[in-house]
Amino acid sequence: MLTLKDIHWQLPGGEEILKGISFSLEPGKLKVITGPNGSGKTSLAKIIAGLETPTSGTIDMDGTDITGWDITERAKAGIGFAFQQPVSFKGLTVRNLLEIAAGRHLDEDTLCYIFEHVGLCFGEYIDRHMDDKLSGGERKRIEIATVLARDAKYLVFDEPEAGIDLWSFSNLINTFQRLKETGKHAMMVISHQERILEIADEIIVVADGQVRTSGTSDILPQLLADEKGPWCPLRKDV
Amino acid sequence: MNSITEKFLHMISDYKEMWNSSYYIREDGGCAGTQSTKNVSLKPIPGGGGLEIKVEPGTKGENIYIPACVTHGNMDDIVHNDFYIGEDADVTIVAGCGVHNDDHEDARHNGIHRFFLAKGAKVRYEEKHVGSGETDGKKIIDPVTDVFLEENAVMQMDTIQIGGVDKTIRRTNAELKKGAKLIIHESILTEHEQTAETEFHVDMQEPDSTVDLVSRSVAKDESYQNYHSVIKGNTRCTGHSECDAILMGNGKVNASPELFAGDIDASLIHEAAIGKIAGEQIIKLRTLGLTEEEAEAKIIEGFLTGYQM
Repeated sequence: MLTLKDIHWQLPGGEEILKGISFSLEPGKLKVITGPNGSGKTSLAKIIAGLETPTSGTIDMDGTDITGWDITERAKAGIGFAFQQPVSFKGLTVRNLLEIAAGRHLDEDTLCYIFEHVGLCFGEYIDRHMDDKLSGGERKRIEIATVLARDAKYLVFDEPEAGIDLWSFSNLINTFQRLKETGKHAMMVISHQERILEIADEIIVVADGQVRTSGTSDILPQLLADEKGPWCPLRKDV
Repeated sequence: MNSITEKFLHMISDYKEMWNSSYYIREDGGCAGTQSTKNVSLKPIPGGGGLEIKVEPGTKGENIYIPACVTHGNMDDIVHNDFYIGEDADVTIVAGCGVHNDDHEDARHNGIHRFFLAKGAKVRYEEKHVGSGETDGKKIIDPVTDVFLEENAVMQMDTIQIGGVDKTIRRTNAELKKGAKLIIHESILTEHEQTAETEFHVDMQEPDSTVDLVSRSVAKDESYQNYHSVIKGNTRCTGHSECDAILMGNGKVNASPELFAGDIDASLIHEAAIGKIAGEQIIKLRTLGLTEEEAEAKIIEGFLTGYQM
């Protein structure tokens, strides 16, 4: 289990972005973080992956305090992170990236299996360079494929739906379902998509760096019915 | 053949044991082994100054190896090799160079290659340069390549220099006739106080000729690289020049692609980008389990070799 306890994080200039967030990721469960733009969701993902270090609070992974661990240590320990904006590399092929992720040579069957999950035909992409000649949507799907190739215990996806087409998105939903069903992976997905919120075991609404509300997907109709969102300061019950 | 040459052959070519195809191994200005085939003749020019290499028209799929090695200091080896490639021939030429220096005097190899490709001929040319030895005697490689492409001839050049060469001045000149195509992918890594200069001059004289120059540079430490390309299009033609460079430490790179269009149907493009490794690239690879040093090495390796054809 990965447990965040009272996580605070502030920018070097002093602005506090995360203001005491606590929750856990458990194997076989999908948690979806949602909330308005600028509420601290991506910062939260970066803190889990080690790209940022919390100002205070702790991160515990399977009984070990990993708060001070760097990005590489966390990756090796089993945290996978799919970036919201995929990174381009001049000269590295898709195969290079997937094999770095997997830490081994990947045979065609494995590559085909991984690519299927993101709605791509591996033969068409595997030897292409991960550069700007691929479209944003293609790079996004390959970004997700690198995390799947890693087969990490804890999977963090930052807006995986952004920039991908309808059919790939459907594939992705199925992939999240299948990953959940294996019971091996604990997943956190940052998303605003209703279809992803629907398959969540828990929806956590983050606003202004805090958890505003949370619950099973049963709270979805209530969230969607609220025109201003549960984070809106104009709401009387906030 | 001495052991240094043998070591270099493994580094600059697919050498395992002596090739079955045509070859000429140049070692310290002399011949360390040669062989011609039915379709490829290698004739030494009297006086040891180089070779005349003739490929018969229609020859397909043959490899020609002409490596040159300098294995000690106080050596200034100059070689002139002329390649005559017959009509519709399609061959691969491997022409690497290794310079080893354990002395205090400089060691230099200067290979002057001229390629005459007849109508419809195709050549893939591979050139890998390496240096070794730790003394203050410099390892210098100064290649000159002149390319003459007749109608519909195609030449692909993959040139790579990764480490060990203190100084290089590389000059490539080309003249392209109707429908001819020249593709050059060059990769150079310099470190310490090494310098590398690259000059390309390509003249497209007849319609539908094409040139594509791609240069990848990594300048580490205190090293310096200079890239200058001139593409002239005086006809309906296509030209592209791209120079990408990564700076590390105090490395410096000067890139100056130059274009001249003398015809309204000449389509010429140049691109140049210089900068350090993007931090996001290192972070991404670290999220895949690499250390910062491993990530940097992977990025450099891909950058330099990923675009070789």
